[in-house]
Amino acid sequence: MNIHVDEPQTITARGDDGIAKGGDLLHVDHISLSFGGVKAISDVSFDVKKGEIRAIIGPNGAGKTSMLNVINGFYHPQQGTITFRGQERRRMKPHEAANQGIARTFQNIARFTGMSTLDNLMTGRITLQKRNMLWHTLWAGPAEKEEIAHREAVERIIDFLEIEHIRKTPVGRLPYGLQKRVELGRALAAEPALLLLDEPMAGMNLEEKEDMSRFILDVNQQYGTTIALIEHDMGVVMDLSDRVVVLDYGRKIGDGTPDEVRNNQDVIDAYLGVPHE
Amino acid sequence: MSSNGKQAGAPQPRTFPQYLLLNAQRFAGRSAVRHKNFGIWQSWTWAELAEEIRAYSLGLRALGVKKGDKVAIVGQNRPRLYWTFAAVQALGGVPVPVYADSVAEEMVYVLNHAEVTFAVCQDQEQVDKVLSMGDEVKLVKKIIYDEGRGLRDYDHTNLHSIDQVQKLGREVHEKEGEANWLKAIEVGKGDDLAVMLYTSGTTGKPKGVMLSFDNLVISALNGNEFDHLTEKEVVLAYLPLAWVGDHVFTYAQALTAGYCVACPESPETVDADRREIAPSYFFAPPRIFENLLTAVMVRMEDAGRTKKRMFDYYMEHARKVGEPILNGEKVSAWDRFKYRLGELLVYGPLKNRMGFTRMRVGYTAGEAIGPEIFRFYRSLGLNLKQLYGQTEASVYITAQPDGEIRADTVGRPSPGVEIKIADSGEVLYRSPGVFVGYYKNDEATKSTKTAENWVHTGDAGFFDNEGHLKIIDRAKDVGKLNDGSLFAPKYIENKLKFFPNIKEAVAFGDGRDFCAVFLNIDLTAVGSWAERNNVSYASYQELAQHPRVYQMIENHVRQVNEDLASEEMMAGSQIQRFLVLHKELDADDGELTRTQKVRRSFIAERYGDLIDALYDGSTSKHVETEVTFEDGRKGSIKADIEIRDMNIDTAASVHKEAAE
Repeated sequence: MNIHVDEPQTITARGDDGIAKGGDLLHVDHISLSFGGVKAISDVSFDVKKGEIRAIIGPNGAGKTSMLNVINGFYHPQQGTITFRGQERRRMKPHEAANQGIARTFQNIARFTGMSTLDNLMTGRITLQKRNMLWHTLWAGPAEKEEIAHREAVERIIDFLEIEHIRKTPVGRLPYGLQKRVELGRALAAEPALLLLDEPMAGMNLEEKEDMSRFILDVNQQYGTTIALIEHDMGVVMDLSDRVVVLDYGRKIGDGTPDEVRNNQDVIDAYLGVPHE
Repeated sequence: MSSNGKQAGAPQPRTFPQYLLLNAQRFAGRSAVRHKNFGIWQSWTWAELAEEIRAYSLGLRALGVKKGDKVAIVGQNRPRLYWTFAAVQALGGVPVPVYADSVAEEMVYVLNHAEVTFAVCQDQEQVDKVLSMGDEVKLVKKIIYDEGRGLRDYDHTNLHSIDQVQKLGREVHEKEGEANWLKAIEVGKGDDLAVMLYTSGTTGKPKGVMLSFDNLVISALNGNEFDHLTEKEVVLAYLPLAWVGDHVFTYAQALTAGYCVACPESPETVDADRREIAPSYFFAPPRIFENLLTAVMVRMEDAGRTKKRMFDYYMEHARKVGEPILNGEKVSAWDRFKYRLGELLVYGPLKNRMGFTRMRVGYTAGEAIGPEIFRFYRSLGLNLKQLYGQTEASVYITAQPDGEIRADTVGRPSPGVEIKIADSGEVLYRSPGVFVGYYKNDEATKSTKTAENWVHTGDAGFFDNEGHLKIIDRAKDVGKLNDGSLFAPKYIENKLKFFPNIKEAVAFGDGRDFCAVFLNIDLTAVGSWAERNNVSYASYQELAQHPRVYQMIENHVRQVNEDLASEEMMAGSQIQRFLVLHKELDADDGELTRTQKVRRSFIAERYGDLIDALYDGSTSKHVETEVTFEDGRKGSIKADIEIRDMNIDTAASVHKEAAE
């Protein structure tokens, strides 16, 4: 049995949402989030268009990660609305967001250290499983067929991310850069419509950063996956992203193409540290 | 295939496309190629292979490849890159494989010199390299790629995937059938140019060695017969495509014998893939065997006490009786029984681990192999042999016949090869495999190949009493110290490199007062030693300069000196001073060739300061070295390097012996 497909096929956004490339995928309107008296995000609005790489930047404590947590349903904003794929979202749990097609990676990597790379990626497919646990325990008929299909999808991702050599290695034994790649692989395995990356390059050396940038670009180009990412390395952000939104002290202070943002006086002030009134 | 009838009763094939058609007939249902992809070994039979190559070839023709065109092949061991050879040859074109890790400027030279008009690249990295040359390679009309990742948004006017090319070829086939294509193969002659292989070039610019079908086919057939290779062999393709060894073992011999070639999933998975495939015919430079042994030893250091004792006990026994058993000598029944038990407990699992369970014939060549390493594999019952070859000879010059194996010779002349030794000590040979000439370099051809077809190897050697050839060194590298004693740098370097902790050595001494060496530590071996001995380090550079590492290396050098002192010819060239280099010698910096051989003259120039320091008596030296990354950018490394004296009074020891 030969599988001869070098053309990308499987990693597509789940379900056709009928949104054309460049159409609105996600709308964030007037979001405010506070923890007790601390205002993490105040009145922030922006959108993510289908097929783009959208960066969220800002100094430490600007509310970037909180913003991601709001998008994937981990935090619930006190005010404002989120519209994903044309549907306004009510209070929602993270797994519901996952089922809607939002996958993410974390700032301080989260992966199953005792499990192999392959198994880690297979967990990414869980929300796509149709048969229930009983079927999978019996490992027969349709469940087996389903698992084979999932395995094939995962193998394509392994091929794509060039991690064939660590397929069977427990993830805990891998160097940091590779662990990050496995985490990206797991997020991809969920075939997300929107992929959230929280500091994908944090703690990496130059070569690892170059590799990761290449993979992010390839994911976006090849599979058309929409990506929203947080990153501190300005070089990376400016090179990778189509549009950038800048947060500072929970407020949006800039939004536009990398060039526009680079020349925005508020952004320059925020980064150079002009005293706030 | 519909061609089956036509080929029946055809004359003995003389070109590879002719062999392909023959194999599609005689071995139609046997596996020809395997490739691990998406975690599964995919396979093609000879009949399927012929169909794939026909489609590919017709597609190339439709794109404009015609007789006489040079087609570059850049990439790793992927099936479709191997198919390119046959697909191009079927059209009368000449494939020119290029080392995949060459930097852009090396590639520009080869592509221009070979007048390449089409380039087949593995992936985006290689396509980018060719594109980045832009106007420097004006002749390249079209680029064809195997893996499409990242190439989606490129301008595809002159860029095609192999899939598209094959699709095009299938359309052509539907329209006009295969008669024309078969006709073109049929008229192929044995003295047509088959391939151009650029030699790695220890000196100067690479030269394009032109080999004809006769050269390769006859050499391959001789080799098949010598080692009784049949269609039942399985080999793993993992060496650079552009290297003659790979070309002969995984292309020429595979087609003539009809055996199966397995391509690994990626370069990083070669070890695991070899374990799964268990090749029956295996070829590797000594470095691979060294690395495998080092990896085994490192793991044994970490093994439990019972396991380690069992390993040591049975390895000791194998050292004693393993080789005699392999050579068919007389061994007592009790020793044989113990060896069997060892096979069950240690040797078998070990061979399985290394992927040698089914290995029937193994070769090592390219450099001298450490006698210890060689003996280790032989004692496990592996039929590992040595071979001496060159690109200009289509590999085979000498090889060791089964049962006549020595660690320090390279064997008898291969079938069909004549050898003579010149007065200067240089080895000359003549054989059916002798190359046609260097492409566009008649001067070099004349100086290498005499009118009677004798080829100068450039190596100095002699025949021992049993008629086995012994190679000492490059003829031009053998020199003399100021006191007149013989200095054979490679001989000394090899002795040093046989220690697992020493990865690379460069010896100096020609026209100097004494012998001194540069050393590279082996990061795998020394790193593991450091871990076990609580030596902490942050970088290669720091580890290399660690006092305890220096102490360890000093002991190795002392042992080599004792060895040298025991040989009359070499006693004068004992190592008096040495230093451990702050960086690994690297092909990207031009210090090694692409086949990992030391480029002596280049190193002498680059590290001139350090060599001076070796001979002016100083005990340390500050250096700053420029390094080149694979993408061509440069950086620099600074270090203070310690130089150590060995405190041996060679003159005194020699005199003492003379006096006694």
